Amino acid sequence: MSSRLSSPNIQLNELGKLHHFLTLEGLKQHHLVEILDTAESFINPNTNEIKKVPVLRGKSIMNLFFEPSTRTRTTFEIAEKRLSADVSSLDIQTSATKKGESLLDTLWNLQAMQANMFVIRHAQSGAAQFFAQHVAPDVHVLNAGDGQHAHPTQAMLDMFTIRKHKGDIFDLKIAIVGDLLHSRVVRSQIQALSILEAREIRVVGPKTLMPESPEALGVHVYHDMEEGIKGVDVIIMVRLQNERMTSALIPSEKEFFKLYGLTEARLALAKPDAIVMHPGPINRGVEIDSAVADGPQSVILEQVTYGIAVRMAVMSIIMSNAAQLTQYKTEQASLELDENSTLKVNLEEK
Amino acid sequence: MTELNINVDTLIEEICAQLQQKTILSQSPKMIGIRTGGEWVAQKLHEKLAFSDPLGVIDISFYRDDFSKIGLNPTTKPSDIPWEVDDQHIILVDDVLFTGRTTRAALNEIFDYGRPASVTLVTLLDRKGCRELPFQADIVGMSLECNKTIKVTGPEPLKVTIVDPATLNSKEEIA
Amino acid sequence: MRLVITNARVIDPTQKLDQVTNLYIARGRIAGTGNEAPEGFTPDQEIDGTGKWILPGLIDLQARLGEPGSHYAGSIASETQAAVAGGITSICCPPDTSPVNDSQAVTELLQRRARQAATAFVMPIGALTQALKGERLSGIYSLKQAGCVALSQANNPIQNSLTLKNALEYTVSHDMVVMLRSENKQLKNDGVAHSGPVSTRLGLPEISPSAETTALARDLILVEEAGIRAHFSQLSCARSIEMIAEAKKRGLPVTCDVAIHQLHLTEMDVLGFNSLFHVSPPFRSMQDKQALLMGLKTGVIDAVVSDHTPLEKDDKLLPFGESIPGISGLETLLPLLLKLVQEYDLDLMTAIRSVTESPAKILGLKTGSLEKNQPADLCILDPEGFWTLDPQEMVSEGKNTPFKGWEFVGKVEQTFFQGRPVYRNPNL
Repeated sequence: MSSRLSSPNIQLNELGKLHHFLTLEGLKQHHLVEILDTAESFINPNTNEIKKVPVLRGKSIMNLFFEPSTRTRTTFEIAEKRLSADVSSLDIQTSATKKGESLLDTLWNLQAMQANMFVIRHAQSGAAQFFAQHVAPDVHVLNAGDGQHAHPTQAMLDMFTIRKHKGDIFDLKIAIVGDLLHSRVVRSQIQALSILEAREIRVVGPKTLMPESPEALGVHVYHDMEEGIKGVDVIIMVRLQNERMTSALIPSEKEFFKLYGLTEARLALAKPDAIVMHPGPINRGVEIDSAVADGPQSVILEQVTYGIAVRMAVMSIIMSNAAQLTQYKTEQASLELDENSTLKVNLEEK
Repeated sequence: MTELNINVDTLIEEICAQLQQKTILSQSPKMIGIRTGGEWVAQKLHEKLAFSDPLGVIDISFYRDDFSKIGLNPTTKPSDIPWEVDDQHIILVDDVLFTGRTTRAALNEIFDYGRPASVTLVTLLDRKGCRELPFQADIVGMSLECNKTIKVTGPEPLKVTIVDPATLNSKEEIA
Repeated sequence: MRLVITNARVIDPTQKLDQVTNLYIARGRIAGTGNEAPEGFTPDQEIDGTGKWILPGLIDLQARLGEPGSHYAGSIASETQAAVAGGITSICCPPDTSPVNDSQAVTELLQRRARQAATAFVMPIGALTQALKGERLSGIYSLKQAGCVALSQANNPIQNSLTLKNALEYTVSHDMVVMLRSENKQLKNDGVAHSGPVSTRLGLPEISPSAETTALARDLILVEEAGIRAHFSQLSCARSIEMIAEAKKRGLPVTCDVAIHQLHLTEMDVLGFNSLFHVSPPFRSMQDKQALLMGLKTGVIDAVVSDHTPLEKDDKLLPFGESIPGISGLETLLPLLLKLVQEYDLDLMTAIRSVTESPAKILGLKTGSLEKNQPADLCILDPEGFWTLDPQEMVSEGKNTPFKGWEFVGKVEQTFFQGRPVYRNPNL
């Protein structure tokens, strides 16, 4: 009777394969591993460059950014072009009116332009799902960030990075430092780490930047940085946004750095082969010391490359699943035809 | 059911002999195997001919022309060509030449890496008369009729299985 | 017209009556109940009430009727029709109309439209401050003269404590009940969901219970100081119920209500981002819901309301946080209340009292009763009638309900307003 009991997983098609990519919630380990494995194929192992492949030639992908972001949009555009897809991008400023017509009408008008896939970034949590619920059945939606809810491709590229350096996420200890309350990236990272069975997921930060019930996410909360990163295999630093200072959540960047900034001294508390990650853009001297950001344990720059490969992987998997579903349906239909004609034959024989 | 005695090792020897006749062999050619069967055949050739440069492997999954019908292969792995393609003489190795579409995809992929000086196509088996595109191998281990389906297993031992569609039975292995 | 309904179970909390008997109506009023007709009474029409219940027409302390203004769906005509389809014959309409009901003119407009519709009794609630801005007082005396039964700020609680204090002190001398929704805007912080595991998982901006409880604490103190009769609207937190209980124990003349949907749904129902579950105050935790139910059972909570908010389809066809909060609830007030009796051990008399005798008392009226000479506002209910809610079949123009597909036992068959039949269930 209530919504949670009646909604099937809108992200998966009838064969249980990825149709939209909205959030990592509800996905199984094999869905994530498939993305990571496929992403490998797009990277030239000798040069670490991203290959250009003709896989999505003839397919049309539209980037709809209701929340402007040049960085993320450019990354998606590069990924789409590397797949040889036709790409268009729209920066839509959300108008002050809240009438459904403009939002859904925008979508439907765009759909009329025959896009196969929409990549959507929006300021409202749940927006990607909202769009997915209203597109035509053969159109796919990829979430590039919805409000504070999810940013699944970012989390996947972070998992890819960890896997590259640590072999497997299974049994690792990870510390995520910074603003969990407002961060869709952190929420998605936590889900990814859970599904991939990390041994321990720690979130480190001041109480004001934690949501009401972090246990609901299955994480251990630390307010003390030193305790939080002791003995971890991976440290993910998350960007501190300016707005947090103005609403009395933390006093200043300086104080944040004193309490939570990743310095070389603090880094030494983690495992000696621990890696340092940051989804970017980094605030030097706020979340992280330059020495660490540029240091030997930092893998921050690689994350960008991997981001393109992972996004290419998600998009090709979705399109591939769609092709296979169509094939499956065609085969089912012809099987039924065969059954019907067999039946007819039997009747005639009688 | 199954017929032919196919001795894979003999075929490999045959192919090597034919390759040694080619002039490119004296021009430091590079070898590329097409995953998966072509890779296994190429490994044997690469070893026998004692090439010094490492073997390149390409996975043509992203270059196939039937993506819209069958999507991606779940076992896709990265292609790996560990040297520059520009100006190289490439020996491209496949296990079975059938419609020619694999060859078309492989060539497209190689050309995305660079501009080779030449490409010599080597195939272990050739299903004659099945071509849908105008490709022919430069060196063929053995020709078969079109109506036989061939299954290659490997890498050790490298075996060829022939399926006769008329009998609807597969299982005979011939080494 | 003289009407007798025979052999029905008559349930009337004001008379502590729960008895199978006959009910007599003459000239728009209750002529009496009992097995013997009143003297000189000969019926023009007889309705066989065997197996049915008769309840006083429900009084809903908070329901929006769609006009004046176009930010809600429907009109007084359509929404009063919806009300009587749910057995509701008296409705308090909050002042958040457009223009705001802060003047005699708007109050009289509402009453005029209600009289034209002639379907149910509409009791306007006047705005405590002009345009609900929380700054300058409305013409309280004029509003009272025009017929407002109470004053409120609808969903725009006064933030400035001094302004509220002055407003309450001014109103005391007019002997009008003030309905207060307690919410601190800054603590609410533009949140849309209860701060708990669901908002954490979904990344929805959170509303801490302290947004309600701190405001309630302040409001209670100011109410006590002013000595005013205050009614607290649509409470949602367990702690709020404790505070009201305490205040009542101290002898304060305060009452409170809860929206019926808060007694059935919790934050868990928000999990799918379905904007039909977006309400204000938000659905809270299971513990809060249980405390609200206990509060109703023990009498700490006096009344239950629909908080009817009919919306256009587009207002809900938006991502959760952008959608307009509210449920079209007139037609599910009674069914959901009966479900609490059937499934959650709520005493029937207590349940009916919460939508008849208590709301009447809160407004200082004598209605909500089937006593002799009361206006014949009543509904006939089939207590075994089984039905499923289909929003498209709802009478209200607002189809925004999260209860689609819910099954109910207990169907309103007919509703009478001032002795006239104003509703007959088409699925009889």
